[in-house]
Amino acid sequence: MELTEKKFKMPGNIRRRKLVNSVMIILCVIAGIITILPLLYIFFYTTKSGITSLNLDFFINMPKPVGEEGGGMANAIVGSIILIGIGSLIGIPVGVMSGIYISEYSKNITAFIIKFVTDILSGIPSIIIGIFAYGLIVINMQRFSALAGGFALGILMIPTITKVTEEMLKLVPQSIREASLALGVSRWKTVLRIALTTASSGIITGILLAIARAAGETAPLLFTAFGNSFWQTEIDQPIAALPLQIFAYAISPYEDWHRQAWAGAFVLILLVFVINLIVRFVTRNKFSGNQ
Amino acid sequence: MENDTIITDTIDDSEDIHDSGKHDTADTKTALRTINLSVKFFDKLAIKNINIRVKKNNVAAIIGPSGCGKSTFLRSINLMHDLTPGAKVYGDIYVHNEHITDNNVVDLRKKVGMVFQKPNPFPTMSIYDNVAAGLKLNGIRNKSLFDETVEKNLTYTGLWDEVKDRLKSPAISLSGGQQQRLCIARTIAVKPEIILMDEPTSALDPVSTSKIEELIINFKKHYTIIIVTHNMQQAGRISDYTAFFYLGKLVEYSRTRRLFTNPREKLTEEYVTGKFG
Ligand SMILES: Nc1ncnc2c1ncn2[C@@H]1O[C@H](COP(=O)(O)OP(=O)(O)OP(=O)(O)O)[C@@H](O)[C@H]1O
Ligand SMILES: [Mg+2]
Repeated sequence: MELTEKKFKMPGNIRRRKLVNSVMIILCVIAGIITILPLLYIFFYTTKSGITSLNLDFFINMPKPVGEEGGGMANAIVGSIILIGIGSLIGIPVGVMSGIYISEYSKNITAFIIKFVTDILSGIPSIIIGIFAYGLIVINMQRFSALAGGFALGILMIPTITKVTEEMLKLVPQSIREASLALGVSRWKTVLRIALTTASSGIITGILLAIARAAGETAPLLFTAFGNSFWQTEIDQPIAALPLQIFAYAISPYEDWHRQAWAGAFVLILLVFVINLIVRFVTRNKFSGNQ
Repeated sequence: MENDTIITDTIDDSEDIHDSGKHDTADTKTALRTINLSVKFFDKLAIKNINIRVKKNNVAAIIGPSGCGKSTFLRSINLMHDLTPGAKVYGDIYVHNEHITDNNVVDLRKKVGMVFQKPNPFPTMSIYDNVAAGLKLNGIRNKSLFDETVEKNLTYTGLWDEVKDRLKSPAISLSGGQQQRLCIARTIAVKPEIILMDEPTSALDPVSTSKIEELIINFKKHYTIIIVTHNMQQAGRISDYTAFFYLGKLVEYSRTRRLFTNPREKLTEEYVTGKFG
């Protein structure tokens, strides 16, 4: 190193370039740290505060009145799983199919409109989606229900999934589709068995993001699923949900409930993590596609 | 065989029946015939009034400088332009005496296979699955048929010995030239009647190239092959007829030996002797 520097004197502009290069690298590293820090902080703080109140009771018991020991959030955990399930049943097929439509069949104005509307939908505050579900389902059924909550979550998931599906499909080279078509494979089979499979790992990532976001939503559930302090798994009845329960407990004046809220927050993160693992495991592909 | 055919780019200046613009339905020797075939991309004409007749069990080579419309011509035969934005195809194409738009496009593409200019294996599939893809995607479920098809076609393309121990590894782990031979195997595995090949050997080493040329010559017995190539020695070695394209027009279509030794057109002579292009 020293030798080279003695032998070849670097011209000034190369020195400047090297300096600019180092400065940019340092800035990028700092930006990276700024991104990771809050995440790590949230994760560790929630774990630290939540894990101490976490025990088996929390998973299998119902909430208990203030002062009684050993209450849990079994109903809210199951409620959240049901709500996410209903939301996924609505959001995933609709999102994936409209993504396919935009990417594969879009030559016309319909696709443009769908794309435009999806973009707008993704910017609508989630509470408005809740009001929409309230107007459409709660008022007609004349009661709060898991169905209404799941519906709201499903609508919330659609734009993310549509966008990701469209973008991942666009990354699949046209030549791969042509290879399939040239073998005498029909158009729809080419889309499903070739394009979608090639894009699948990216699409699955998008679906998981949408699920994770929906799992933590509180606002759209306030006047749809409503919450329930009892064990309830019928989809036409009001149902408990972790975010609602966490909210209720966190604003209560009781120390004991605060601890439970932390535990709830921790379980919510855990739940998203577990769903992630399960989906990854079930959909694992021998070779990843464009990811 | 018969007398040489010359087909030029307009209907009027030839007395040859192939240029008459009329289609003879009793003709059983012809595998492919195009009548006034033109392709436009948006408003730009890429090929103009191409009239060509390829006989069954023949190899036709297409030569010409880059951008002269060779791929465009080839891709119109299996209706690959259907999905290209802005592409419009004019004129008539007959495959085995049937107008290509008379039947289902899927059936046409089963009859007319294509090897593309750039290797395009299915990235999520193994080597094995790539070769069997045409069968599998068309609903066949017969493991022993797959095994047989994979071994046979990989042997044809000279890839079997190189990959027989890792048939389950991803196709994209192969080198570029191996991928191209895999794509050729995938195409011939579905037994098309006509095989369109767009510079199939441009990425191959001399040994693999001669394997593919051998394959083409052997396949002539059962198939009709139309091959685009930049390699004139190759055209000379394997083809019966050669078409010379220039700026989107068919300048000359003659028996290969004639085209290279005694071309009708001055332009052809200049091109094959390397004066331009
Ligand atoms: N999808 C497309 N959109 C617009 N123009 C195109 C498209 N495909 C081809 N062209 C144009 O059509 C002309 C012919 O292209 P083509 O690919 O057929 O050339 P080629 O003879 O195969 O060349 P090469 O030997 O380099 O492969 C070129 O001018 C090209 O720019
Ligand atoms: Mg080409």
